[in-house]
Formats: sequence, structure tokens, C-alpha cells
Amino acid sequence: MIAEKISEIARKERDSRARFGETFHVCLASGCLASNSDGLKHALEKEITDRGLSHNCRVKAVGCLGLCSDGPLVSTRSGALYKKVQPADAREIVDHIGREPVARLSRPRNIPFFSGQTKIVLENSGVIDPERIEDYIAADGYSALVHALQEMTPAQLIQEVTKSGLRGRGGAGYPTGLKWSTVAKATGTQKFVICNADEGDPGAFMDRSVLESDPHRVIEGMIIAAFAVGASEGFIYIRAEYPLATRRLQAAIPQAEQLGLLGANICGTPFSFRIQIRVGAGAYVCGEETALIASIEGKRGSPRPRPPYPAAEGLMGQPTLINNVETYANIPPIIRRGGAWYAGIGTATSKGTKVFSLTGQICHTGVVEVPMGISLREMVFGIGGGIRNGRNFKAVQTGGPSGGCIPAQFLDTPVEYESLAKLGSIMGSGGMVVMDESSCMVDVAKYFMDFCMHESCGKCIPCRVGTYQMHRILAAITNMSATPADLKMLEELCDLLKHTSLCGLGQSAPNPVLSTLEWFGDEYKVHIGDHKCPAGVCSQKRQGAEV
Amino acid sequence: MATHLVKSAPPNDDQRWKRVDATMRRTGQNSHSLIETLHTVQEAFGHLNASALRYVATALKVPLSHAYGVATFYHYFSLEPQAKHVCTVCTGTSCHIRGAGELFAAAQDALGESGRAQPNSHISLIGERCIGPCALGPVVVYDGKVTATENLETLKQRLREWIAE
Repeated sequence: MIAEKISEIARKERDSRARFGETFHVCLASGCLASNSDGLKHALEKEITDRGLSHNCRVKAVGCLGLCSDGPLVSTRSGALYKKVQPADAREIVDHIGREPVARLSRPRNIPFFSGQTKIVLENSGVIDPERIEDYIAADGYSALVHALQEMTPAQLIQEVTKSGLRGRGGAGYPTGLKWSTVAKATGTQKFVICNADEGDPGAFMDRSVLESDPHRVIEGMIIAAFAVGASEGFIYIRAEYPLATRRLQAAIPQAEQLGLLGANICGTPFSFRIQIRVGAGAYVCGEETALIASIEGKRGSPRPRPPYPAAEGLMGQPTLINNVETYANIPPIIRRGGAWYAGIGTATSKGTKVFSLTGQICHTGVVEVPMGISLREMVFGIGGGIRNGRNFKAVQTGGPSGGCIPAQFLDTPVEYESLAKLGSIMGSGGMVVMDESSCMVDVAKYFMDFCMHESCGKCIPCRVGTYQMHRILAAITNMSATPADLKMLEELCDLLKHTSLCGLGQSAPNPVLSTLEWFGDEYKVHIGDHKCPAGVCSQKRQGAEV
Repeated sequence: MATHLVKSAPPNDDQRWKRVDATMRRTGQNSHSLIETLHTVQEAFGHLNASALRYVATALKVPLSHAYGVATFYHYFSLEPQAKHVCTVCTGTSCHIRGAGELFAAAQDALGESGRAQPNSHISLIGERCIGPCALGPVVVYDGKVTATENLETLKQRLREWIAE
């Protein structure tokens, strides 16, 4: 019955789309909104209404089109892509309906930024209206859920996810199928499913983009996960800095409930599952799963030792499944198309695709999805379009404050969990910041240490005191007042934090220092020995934001 | 534990307490509701003052020290009233390597050394670690309005206008 209802909604939606000769898709995600894309949408709508074209032409709000550096972006049903469109351009764009696109605004699509991508998680981003469940359903949305509930057992679902080879997209890369089966086997009076949307790494905004562009995909993934592990309640923990993503989720949940896809007796089966949203309050450490759980329980976000892992004792002491936004977003296509299909993409140990936020000193910045195994060179010089302003590549930073800086000699390294770890960095959640020769690597290391120092929750001493001491030494190096003994102490502290901190924040805080010491050790030596900054960053009197 | 015996009533008859009460009811009226409730208080009143913390702690049956601990642990909560104008410079990685540090330093110069403006000033300066539109850095938020690829000149101009108010 629910299956018929879903296909009826999909059919109606497709019919109504077909009625319009032309549709303008205007990006209303945070990136383009910052450049007034809502003003542009109004201007286009007004132009169409004023000319009496409303019967044949419409404007649709969509999520992220990816190439944020060219925003505000507008794509048309007839195939054009317009960049940096201002409200004043609306008249000219509407003039060109049914003709060649406006040449001066056109962004050709035949560049590696678009052709180099494989879209699974982002397949609907920039295509559907994130605030309408009908649009998601017309794009095969919720068909995986209906199929899972009506045709599959929880064990079969877990088997399919295991077969896909999907690994946690939050950064650590733990096999998703294994995590699901652990929670499924655990016993408790109640089980919980949590979506970790506390995307705190500076420079990472993939999850924001997914939630703003396609919130129902994440909700569908969570419901399927809940059915597979036997959970009845779910939470989405989202950071307070993402108000638009929060609003879109708040709108999506009642839409799904109204259609019987969420709530009591989902799709007419005995399975019931509810989702609540919990908004974070600005603490980076809450991305760590035990701290996140404490925060949902209304406490300070302090991590606790593991084991017990949340799979055994999580929220309110009950078995809890925690996955990242992108992990859940991968579930509906895996169920729809099969685990074997997903496992056919990527490399031997890293399957599928990965979404990255590609930023820094490159020509094309934005959100991209690439098959695992693509080389860093392809990311930077292909998809990213190379270094801007005619400068030279220096390093690519992955994994945020837990990751490292990878130098030019390793640009041919494939992007996968193991190979990035070998270079002293990590895959991380998907932030990729490209730096050119104008960046000082010691300054970058100090920047991340400053971040960890402020975000340390203070519970364990190695992290609370160690990050402070390491930052003090890095500040001395960038002030040209450090001695070789300081450098030795810095190395010892790296080792100490790595091995004695309580949680991932402290254990990985030395990574940016270790990787820059390893690959850019000369820069440290020149700061200390010659009192010079090769990049000319640290010679400036003011050392940037110390907040 | 005397606080547990006190019957909880809002500090005054301000209608905004109804929103706070509604959040507590919706989230189970127990210690788990604390962060959600503090969010509502801050949305409604702009900050968390002592009487608000005391009321929420009593109503949710948590020690005042616990409520205070949570309110001070999370950066998002403020125990001070907000200034009339807020300038937030994003200091995330992408903005950092594209010159956010210079913007922040210039704003500090314009407003005073402490990172916030002088006491009683009508302008707050905040450095925030990544607000998300990283592809468009450096990003500065003026009273909630995000400005992409900001430069020194327009930042100084905006702050001069605010200071003159």
C-alpha cells in the first residue's frame, strides 16, 4: 500500500515537472546564499511573472551545485550552467529562454571539476528541492526504505552493507557493516541510532552541504539503520553553526512522518522509529562519540574511556549506533542497487566514493565527490583546476586538526584510508585544504595546535597541558625566539600526547606537527637557526587571530 | 539539595518564559533537557543570566553548579548580554590561509585589544572556528549576514560606520 502511495507521489511530481518547458535551478545552500542567491531567485521569479511566462517556466530552489567559488550558480533544465549571477542578470537570462545561453555568464561543464566526479551521495544535490519530500521521492527517495521493510530482514540488510565495504565516513574508517552487526547483537531495554552531524573540522563542510541539499537521504539512511539494528529512537546531533541545515532537517522530519515513513508503524509494519534533533553548542570535542552522547544527555561534552564502546553502552547506557552524515547518506543507494555494486567502486580496502570539501589556494573550490583511489594530483590539478594566482603548490592538508600536510612528492598517492595514514595524515571527514608557497608550515602547525588547545575539554592532563605547552613552543618558533632544545621538547610532547591522551582529540593533536616536521622539517630549522620564515608569514608582527 | 524542594516558577512574568517552559516539556523535563533549554533561553533573552540559570536548574532538578558548568563549557552560550553589533571573523583553516588573521588583527586594532570591544561598547568582535562557507574565504559575518571573500578595506569601513553610531 505504501509502495503504491510512494510511486503515485513520484509520478505526480514527474508529471508536474514535465509541464514546464524551462526550469531554473537556483542554489539556496549556505555558500551561494552568502552571495545573495535568494535575492537572485526573487529577481528571476519576478521577471518570469512580469512577462507572463509562469505557465511554461519556473524557478526552483535547489541545494549545492558544488562549484561554490563560482556562486551564485544557476543551472537550467535545458542544460546551461550560469556562474556568479546577480539579480540584475535575471532579465538577460530570461531573454535567452529557448535560445543559446547568455555567453558572458556561462560556466562550461566540460572541465575536470565536473567530469572527474562520481556522484552517489551528492546525486540529488543541486537537482532536487531539499524542502520538498515529493521531489526526493521522485528521485527514487524512500524506495530503499520501503524495499528494506517489506522484502528484507535486518540480517540481510546488515549483510548487504557489509558486502558494500562501506567504512565510516566520519574519519576513522571503521567498517559500517561490522558496527551495525555489533549493535544488532547487543542487548538492552532500548537501542538508539545517532547521526553525528557535528562537523567540527575547520575547512570541512561536506556534511553541511549534504544536509542542506538532501536531508531526506540522511533520514532514510537512519531509518534503515534503525530497522537493521533494532532501534526505536534516533537523534541527529548537529552543530549550532549550521542553522540552515538544522531548519531543513526540522522541515523534513514531519514530512516523512506525515507519509508514514517515520514514526509509529512505519510503512504499515510493526517497526516504529522516531528522530529528534539536538543542536550542539559549539564544542569541537563533541564530534567524539562518547562526548557527543554526554552532550545529548545534557551534560558537558567530556569524553570517557572506551571500552565500553557505545555499541554496547551508549546513550543512557543502552546499545547505540553512531554514524556520520555521509555514512547514512550512502545507505539508500547501497540498498537500492546492492552492496556488490558499491563495492565495485574504489580500491581494494576503500570502497565507494568520498565527498570532499576542496578549498584553499586553488582555482575551483567547493564540494566534490570522487571515487576512492583517485590521486591527490587529480584532486588538486584536475578537479581543483590547479593553484590560483600563478603560484606553486606546496602542500595539501587533509583530516583537519587530526590530520597532516602532504607535500608535492606524494601527489600521486591514491586517496584511500591506508595510503593517507602512511604519510602521517588521515582521510578524516573530508576537508581538503590546498596550500601554496605563501603558507608557512610552522604557522599552519601552530594554527592547528591553537585550535586543539582551545577545544581541549580539560579532562585529561596530557591534552589539557600538552596542547598548551606545544602551542607555546610553536609560538616561540614563529616568533624566532626558539632554541634547538625547544624543538626536541616539541617532539617529545608529540609522542606523549599521542600515547597518553584519553580521546581522539588529544591523541591526534600532534599529527599536524608531526607531519610538518617530517616533510617540512627544514622550515622549522630555518625559523630556529636563521630566525627567518621562508614563506614570509611569521616575519609579520601580528600573528593572526589568537582567539 | 534544597533547590530540589523549591517549587519552580519563572523569575518574572515575562512571556518569553513560556517558550522556555515549552522546550522543557517537549524534551522530557529532566536533566537531559538542559542544553536544549539553555538554547531556548539564549534565543529568547539573548544570553543566560544568573536568575535564568537558577530557574532552569530548579525546574530540571539539576544542581546549579551543573547548569553553570554546562553553560560555561560550550562556546555558544553567553553569560553576558550581546552587543548591539556583532562582527564574527571566521578563523577556519581555509579562511586562515587566505588572510583571516589580518582581518581579525585589523578589527582588533579598530575596536580595542581585548578581542571584544571595550566594556559597554556596542560592538562585539568574535573569532569563530569555521562557520562553513569555506570555499568563499575569508568570510566575515556582520550581524548575522555572511559576507564572502571579505577584504581589509570593506571590513574597516563597516566597523567605522558602527563605531560612529
